[in-house]
Amino acid sequence: MDIQHTTLLIIGGGPGGYVAAIRAAQLGIATTLVEGETLGGTCLNIGCIPSKALIHAADAYHQAHHFMGDSTLGIHVESARIDIAQTVRWKDGIVARLTGGVGALLKKHGVKVVRGWAHIVDGKTVDVTLDKSVAQPMRIQGEHLLLATGSLELGLPGMPFGGRVISSTRALSPDSIPKKLVVVGGGYIGLELGLVYRKLGADVTVVEARSSILPLYDEELTKPVATSLRKLGVQVHLGSKVQGLNVAGDAVRVLDGAGRESELAADQVLVAIGRVPHTHGWGLEKLMLAMQGRALKVDDQCRTSMHNVWAIGDLTGEPMLAHRAMAQGEMVAEIISGKRRHFAPAAIAAVCFTDPEVVVVGQTPADAAKAGLDCISAHFPFAANGRAMTLEAADGFVRVVARRDNHRIVGWQAVGAGVSELSTAFSHSIEMGACLEDVAGTIHAHPTLGEAVQEAALRALGHALHV
Amino acid sequence: MGIHVIKMPDIGEGIAEVELVAWHVQVGDMVGEDQILADVMTDKATVEIPSSVAGKVLSLGGAVGQVMAVGSEVIRIEVEGAGNYKSELPPAPVNSAQAATNSVASVVAVEPAKAVAIGAASAPISAPAPAPVQPALQATAARTTKAPVALVRAPGDKPIASPAVRRQAWDLGIELQFVPGTGTAGRITHEDVQAYAARASQSQAAGAVDQRYAQRLDEQTVPVIGLRRKIAQKMQEAKRRIPHFTYVEEVDMTELEALRAQLNARHGKARGRLTVLPFLVRAVVLAVREHPQINARYDDEAAVTTRFGAVHLGIATQTEGGLMVPVVRHAETMDLWATAAEVLRLAEAARSGKATRDELSGSTITITSLGALGGIVTTPVINHPEVAIVGINRMVERPMIRNGAVVARQMMNLSSSFDHRVVDGLHAAEFVQRIRGYLESPATLFVE
Repeated sequence: MDIQHTTLLIIGGGPGGYVAAIRAAQLGIATTLVEGETLGGTCLNIGCIPSKALIHAADAYHQAHHFMGDSTLGIHVESARIDIAQTVRWKDGIVARLTGGVGALLKKHGVKVVRGWAHIVDGKTVDVTLDKSVAQPMRIQGEHLLLATGSLELGLPGMPFGGRVISSTRALSPDSIPKKLVVVGGGYIGLELGLVYRKLGADVTVVEARSSILPLYDEELTKPVATSLRKLGVQVHLGSKVQGLNVAGDAVRVLDGAGRESELAADQVLVAIGRVPHTHGWGLEKLMLAMQGRALKVDDQCRTSMHNVWAIGDLTGEPMLAHRAMAQGEMVAEIISGKRRHFAPAAIAAVCFTDPEVVVVGQTPADAAKAGLDCISAHFPFAANGRAMTLEAADGFVRVVARRDNHRIVGWQAVGAGVSELSTAFSHSIEMGACLEDVAGTIHAHPTLGEAVQEAALRALGHALHV
Repeated sequence: MGIHVIKMPDIGEGIAEVELVAWHVQVGDMVGEDQILADVMTDKATVEIPSSVAGKVLSLGGAVGQVMAVGSEVIRIEVEGAGNYKSELPPAPVNSAQAATNSVASVVAVEPAKAVAIGAASAPISAPAPAPVQPALQATAARTTKAPVALVRAPGDKPIASPAVRRQAWDLGIELQFVPGTGTAGRITHEDVQAYAARASQSQAAGAVDQRYAQRLDEQTVPVIGLRRKIAQKMQEAKRRIPHFTYVEEVDMTELEALRAQLNARHGKARGRLTVLPFLVRAVVLAVREHPQINARYDDEAAVTTRFGAVHLGIATQTEGGLMVPVVRHAETMDLWATAAEVLRLAEAARSGKATRDELSGSTITITSLGALGGIVTTPVINHPEVAIVGINRMVERPMIRNGAVVARQMMNLSSSFDHRVVDGLHAAEFVQRIRGYLESPATLFVE
């Protein structure tokens, strides 16, 4: 068998894998990247990017729809119509541009990209099946093996994907908008897509097993989202368990907290209950690596339990975020090149692109209390922010959490339209070890939503100017 | 609705001030009658301050660690009816959202006019003190700017450094947790990393930093408060006032050990096992009958020594918080097992913080022992205003010459200190020899 040799062999061309490949190539490491699907992974193809494209389209349509009625802005349109096939084509165009861009970047840096499915032979060797028709797989050996296979959508055991039951991947490429959509899971994926479908005209019902939507966040943060869901007419069933489809297959059987069973009619059922590390089906078990739950166990340099076998991204568990995978990928490439690096971020921002958006960076007041930190926290409402009013987006707030003793900021949270962009400032202040006084003493441009960031810091110091 | 002010009660025995050691309530809490509000510490005993009324806590009169005068305001409670507090000024509004979660220090800051400055214990408390208690933050900030040496983080605190500084440290092979941070809030700067690298290369000319021999520049400031402050004051007082002299004698414990083993074998199960201590207590009780000037307290200001018929024996006891001296009252009335039981009970009370003021004061002579760590010789510090302290050293088998032959004997030293102003060397020596006699011939302990 013909064996190809390389220094760094990467399995998976998602955000983690392709960034690792680019950085490694920049550092002069011979790199081969194996990817069976389109480059860009979940993020570019079936996750972050397409969902944001659809959210934008749904918002625009919803706005146009809104202008058919009485608009405070004085804008009126006769009718709003959406050609969903065109919307999907537009979205696919963005995805194609971005994935094509990744390919170009890899090529430019001299990364060898192998199209095909990798199957692990041993800790240094991988067989790649290029095509089912070719009997002989290609064998590649690398000094370093970087595993970046990502994660898969978790299905419900009693309700496998297929027919009316769709995954988020399917939901991102709709042929048409169903009349009635039941979303199983009130996390960020379910809510983002549920809101898209609602704004595109579907009757949407969200079923969540836990007692609140976005169960990882506190009530203060989720309340504006819950209010918005109600205003938009999205039904939410909390504390309810999905039992499966009914016999006819046209409704979801739901058991509520009191033990009553009911049926929710559904033309489509979107199951969005989370993602699991992609650890099976490609020979990983042969390496018998140490696991942490369902994820691969790695140390603060992304080393697995086997020498020179590395793992990054969703494969290594929560938080399953593209920007975490990218940072890990960059770091692993630098370590392999001989630099001393550790994965030691002060905070990793998490963003929900719901309506309104939710950003969480660092510790919430509850996290801080749990960690035994004596903290102060303060929030500044967008209702007191001029820019928010001009955007008709006065819902929500910015909240800061800082240590009481030295005022070092340990967390930022925000809810509101467009707050995802504030995550940059949040992460930056935490990574720099900023104190409340640093943010309070920085002139923030007027009129911007970002003024709420400065005002929250001022308020924590006891002298907010505009509230 | 009225306001009821609870003042620091007079705890007795001429105590003018106490230290606040714990709050059991916070601003905004509802309290019931007799509910414990706070713990204060007198000499060495902790006393609970109960509420005399039911109502809602409006403000706290001091911060933990603060020394407060008797009669000063402890707490302000909103009660049904008129209350006992009148003021032309309306009570300061309490910011319930924040105050409820605030620490005591900042709660005090809400009402600075009534607060007492930390450390200003001797200031007249009834008059509104002008200096408000510094919120913890300001105090910390002031200390940071004064201290020339960078703050070293508390254990478990992550080092705070910007991504660029982290990268620089990694490039230099420096672990950030060892680098002191001079920046605001302990941030590690580029300069800190460079300075650390320079020191490391100085102290370790070749190769990487060997942590075993790493130069350490960390400092830890430990406030001397509470029991530790009391101990410090008492020790200082004793050493400043009393010209100590220490007399060491060795005691052959072989016979006493044999007796002790017999008694423990026979009665150990029913009456509890005996240590050496009850025997020594009995020996001291008997010895002071012949040397009454040893069982005394010396009031040097009044120029009076008071000799006591009763023997109230202080037993130096190590607790988690520090040294305490619970007192076996009327040791002269107790047999070996009663003594042993009382010592055990008091030690437990002291260690669990349950010892009362009575159990921690009034001793006339003190015994100190470190057990197996007793060493060969100690120089015990007298428990002022007593005039003598008897220290037990380690018991060990030693070769001794008896009747011209080398034999193994259980030997133990007694290191005893005396107040030379009122105890002469001869009398001290006779006293210790007396104790030695009792211990070496234990039968004499019981035959009088």
